[in-house]
Amino acid sequence: MHNKTLSELSAALQAGEFSSTELTQAYLDRIANLDPQVNAFVTVTEQFAMDAAAAADKRIAAGTAAPLTGIPLAQKDIFCTEGVKTTCGSKMLDNFTSPYNATVIEHFNKAGAVMLGKTNMDEFAMGSSNETSFYGAVKNPWDTNKVPGGSSGGSAAAVAARLAPASTGTDTGGSIRQPASLCGITGLKPTYGRVSRYGMIAFASSLDQAGPMTRTAEDAALMLNCMAGFDERDSTSAQRDVPDYTANLNDSLDGMTIGLPKEYFGEGLDAQVSNAVEAAIREYENLGAKVKEISLPNTHLAVPTYYVVAPAECSSNLSRFDGVRFGYRCDDPVDLEDLYKRSRGEGFGAEVKRRIMMGTYALSAGYYDAYYLKAQRLRRLISDDFTRAFEEVDVIMGPTAPEPAFGLGEKSDDPITMYLSDIYTIAANLAGLPGVSVPAGFVNNMPVGLQIIGNYFDEARLLNVAHRYQQATDWHTRAPAAFE
Amino acid sequence: MSLTQDDVKKIAHLARLSINESDIPDYEKELSSIIGLVEQMNAVDTNDVAPMAHPLDMVQRLRDDVVSETDHHEQYQDIAPSVENGLYLVPQVIE
Repeated sequence: MHNKTLSELSAALQAGEFSSTELTQAYLDRIANLDPQVNAFVTVTEQFAMDAAAAADKRIAAGTAAPLTGIPLAQKDIFCTEGVKTTCGSKMLDNFTSPYNATVIEHFNKAGAVMLGKTNMDEFAMGSSNETSFYGAVKNPWDTNKVPGGSSGGSAAAVAARLAPASTGTDTGGSIRQPASLCGITGLKPTYGRVSRYGMIAFASSLDQAGPMTRTAEDAALMLNCMAGFDERDSTSAQRDVPDYTANLNDSLDGMTIGLPKEYFGEGLDAQVSNAVEAAIREYENLGAKVKEISLPNTHLAVPTYYVVAPAECSSNLSRFDGVRFGYRCDDPVDLEDLYKRSRGEGFGAEVKRRIMMGTYALSAGYYDAYYLKAQRLRRLISDDFTRAFEEVDVIMGPTAPEPAFGLGEKSDDPITMYLSDIYTIAANLAGLPGVSVPAGFVNNMPVGLQIIGNYFDEARLLNVAHRYQQATDWHTRAPAAFE
Repeated sequence: MSLTQDDVKKIAHLARLSINESDIPDYEKELSSIIGLVEQMNAVDTNDVAPMAHPLDMVQRLRDDVVSETDHHEQYQDIAPSVENGLYLVPQVIE
């Protein structure tokens, strides 16, 4: 059962080949047996899962099932789940049982999906390797000495290791696409505002966006159908209708124009990754697409700009963790300031503290114009590059990450080297554009991802473009040997 | 520019973060290198560029001024570190 895609499982459940109870039990057994090798889960919710599976079986029997009814899913531990520990990968929230559900979780509950558990992640989604988690690093199922990417590393590893047919992630600077690339799965970051941020623990509010992590583009379309939509509880939720993302998956790519930004194929890109991406683009030419070289001239400014905007918003958002209302509190505070300082100092890990301090500095009196305002102006230039490009091309393609998965511990001592893992993904967050990473080959037996960036709210086309490639190739069907 | 150890202490205070004295040299080095990275921004003249605060061109939605929230204080205070009579407890602030 665990080698079937979400779409195949959905069909099998409707056809009565097996029950959701049997399917859910099979995945829980796999998690119990295999997760110790990858550490993808922070919490496994057996009882919740079996109760939801029983309810789903009744619904299927009654003939009122939705496509996700009875499908087991893994949820990133950044989404608040009522009655279940929600940690965001941090000691700060190790004792936090959420009193409410995120909108995304409510959507899945309403669809009758089954939550298997909560997945490990970089602390407060700050990291590109999943090594900053309070619950220990996640390991890449393709080679357990390597990182799975981050911050949605647990979600990516769970899908790659067949511990869940699909999972959710969040992407602030590449946190869905980069781990999808490093683990050989499909990961979609929708347009900013497409999926509600309500109940999704905030990192950088003008960048954060949730999306699906799956084996195939078709599965991502089914997941996005359930996740997307206007939510009045999110002040930046997009008030637009949600199309059926599965409707155009098979559309022809004949005559479509692909833009290849020359800045995405220059210095810093691993030569073998470049070869794999170029081979994928040739496959698109076989499918009828035209290729055009374009320029996104401010690409090199995306990382510097991001490391002002994201830490500034993080320092503001994370001020809510004060040791007073929920989360970690230090022992025996002598006064209120001591309570704040030690609760935060002891509750947050090193990378989170670095980013809070960087953001606090960038927003402090006398530095605001030089850093934050400057970054907002550059953000406009980076965004304008894409606007100009989309006047000429339908989608933009390039590598998702500059190299395949790196070794555990290899970059954890040097924040700047780690930050450069996201050089190709960050610009889409600054602009608010959707992007998807699809498996496009292997380098030294480790997966490589092709990134496809689309225009605003063009997720249906991105999924169509990804799906047609997956019809013509089989990279997305490969499983790591230890988890077949 | 790079930071001094005093700068690190000042920023940590502004952020209400206790940091170990022994970690200050590391923070000094790491934050200085991050600032070095972000100062690459200065290579571009942006005087004529309007700041972009947000990816989507949208205005704040308004709603009718009616009560829409229900009372959850017991549920929310259930997970608080210290509560008494519906109030969050902290060390004494006023003598």
